[in-house]
Amino acid sequence: MNMSLAFKNHPGLVAYLTCGAPDLGATKSAALAAIGAGAEVLELGVPFSDPVADGPVIQRASERALRNRVSLEDVLKVAAEIRRQSDVGMVVFTYFNPILRMGLDRFASAAADAGVNGALVTDLPVEEAGQYLERMRKSDLATVFLAAPTSTDDRLKRICAVSTGFVYAVSRTGVTGARKDLAEDARKLVERLRRFTKLPIAVGFGISGPEHFRSVGRFADAAVVGSALVQAMEENPGKEAQAVAELIAQVVGRRPSAVSP
Amino acid sequence: MAACEELEREYEKAKRDPRFKARLAELLKSFAGRPTPLFYARRLTEKVGGAKIYLKREDLLHTGAHKINNCLGQALLVERMGKHRVVAETGAGQHGVATATVCALFGFACVVYMGTEDMRRQELNVFRMRLLGAEVRGVDSGSRTLKDAINEAMRDWVTNVRTTHYLLGSVLGAHPYPTMVRDLHRVIGQEARKQVLQAEGRLPTSVIACVGGGSNAIGIFYDFIRDKKVQLIGVEAGGRSEKLGEHAARFRGGLPGVLQGTYSYVLQDEAGQIASTHSVSAGLDYPSIGPEHAWLADQKRAQYVAASDGEALAACKMLAQTEGIIPALESSHAVAEVIKRAPKMKKTDVVIVNISGRGDKDIGILRENLQLDSACR
Repeated sequence: MNMSLAFKNHPGLVAYLTCGAPDLGATKSAALAAIGAGAEVLELGVPFSDPVADGPVIQRASERALRNRVSLEDVLKVAAEIRRQSDVGMVVFTYFNPILRMGLDRFASAAADAGVNGALVTDLPVEEAGQYLERMRKSDLATVFLAAPTSTDDRLKRICAVSTGFVYAVSRTGVTGARKDLAEDARKLVERLRRFTKLPIAVGFGISGPEHFRSVGRFADAAVVGSALVQAMEENPGKEAQAVAELIAQVVGRRPSAVSP
Repeated sequence: MAACEELEREYEKAKRDPRFKARLAELLKSFAGRPTPLFYARRLTEKVGGAKIYLKREDLLHTGAHKINNCLGQALLVERMGKHRVVAETGAGQHGVATATVCALFGFACVVYMGTEDMRRQELNVFRMRLLGAEVRGVDSGSRTLKDAINEAMRDWVTNVRTTHYLLGSVLGAHPYPTMVRDLHRVIGQEARKQVLQAEGRLPTSVIACVGGGSNAIGIFYDFIRDKKVQLIGVEAGGRSEKLGEHAARFRGGLPGVLQGTYSYVLQDEAGQIASTHSVSAGLDYPSIGPEHAWLADQKRAQYVAASDGEALAACKMLAQTEGIIPALESSHAVAEVIKRAPKMKKTDVVIVNISGRGDKDIGILRENLQLDSACR
């Protein structure tokens, strides 16, 4: 069991960043700023040409990153740099094809070498994950999967059985992106998941403000902030790290601590 | 996933339900116009010299292409699942028109996603869809073509999955789509096999079809697969050149990969990013190929070749002027292959070419690309 993906705060904060948008330097400083502001797990998003599970904000970020030809390999390099400065939990958040192209074996070794704790592959259903699971276990890497409100109990059980680190509960049907209201879907889903797992449960998709964060805290272990952070970075060119620190402080309801740029 | 499982369950039930089968058969006959003829192209055969060329006339179907076969089947499933909103993607607009048509027929709300580049080059079909009551939403991401339209349709589907069915138009996407869409197009090969036996008293030497996602090709191939001597030939879009980004020939440089829920040959770069593609025909302009075609290629049961933009345009003109049939630019790729292949075959050989759609939608592109004057004949 990979203990570095545990949450000490309640609720814990998971910060998602699309790596390479606007560039890898900004990603690194934004990641460090997020850690400084209280993020306990980082999801390092690998830009992909066809991000079917993502809404417009992350789509745009992926396009920006791909204009810089940022690859899975680059994301692992940034992870290694962050690891030198922090023991934060790190999960590579990616579509399957970049891993397939790199090779499962090479990916798992490289991720472990970079100090990454695990991966979440958006478009890899548990039904097709056999080889992936086996290889990830060999390198002691956590395998995080998405659970959706529409999933049957049977499927949730299967997802929980192969998840390690934490389980990512998708708050509602649809793609990533900030929403004003968090559906009641999320609470029900987390309650259903609790029957099948003792792992921490993080709720994501749509969390952008302190009300969301607090309400997720009532029933889940952690909240994922993604699109809202990516958008804050998009809107504050040159001041990405500061924007990330301020948004996280606001979401978790703490004063921002001083952040080195 | 839940939606795919629901669809699979419903389809498995429907497949065995005689009422479903009877309703589909009736719609295919009285609404779509099946069976389609198998036509002996005498003048093309003489002009090209060599094998006897037959055309399977899917272009004569209602809405102008084979796509209606699949749409009618899936519309019946939508009704069974109690859903009332349908989303679809379209490249050339033929699947979009067929979807808009069945939605009008069944009274479903209909949203069709289409790349803005394709909306420009297939303007006529955009208007047809709107006339049929569908909402056409332009997709401005990526290469603004079929792949990007599928991304957007999938996003809509997962967001509204409780009320909405994704009427996918090719043998792509997650299970059960590739097998279900194939089954719904099998009728093409079932008819063609019977018709050629009746006309020639023998099976064909070759069956040729164009391959984008590969629905018309798998439809006509499927019932010939067990006839080991029948060559199955899929024709991909060779585009402008063999350089990555300038064609859509997945078996020419594509590598195994996962795109939009399908593991198959995918045109991609060294980092696993999906490559952009080009073809003069919007319906073939896609970086991956139906997984069953990948399997047929790996088994060496079918072979896959490419025809360039130029060859397809020339083939379109030749079929128009020898037989009075204007094929869609997609189908023109299959015609281009028979023009290359038939002269090298014996006069006793028989070839069937699937004319998957008609070319009316392509008049604008044809006008831009073909200089027609009195001298051109």
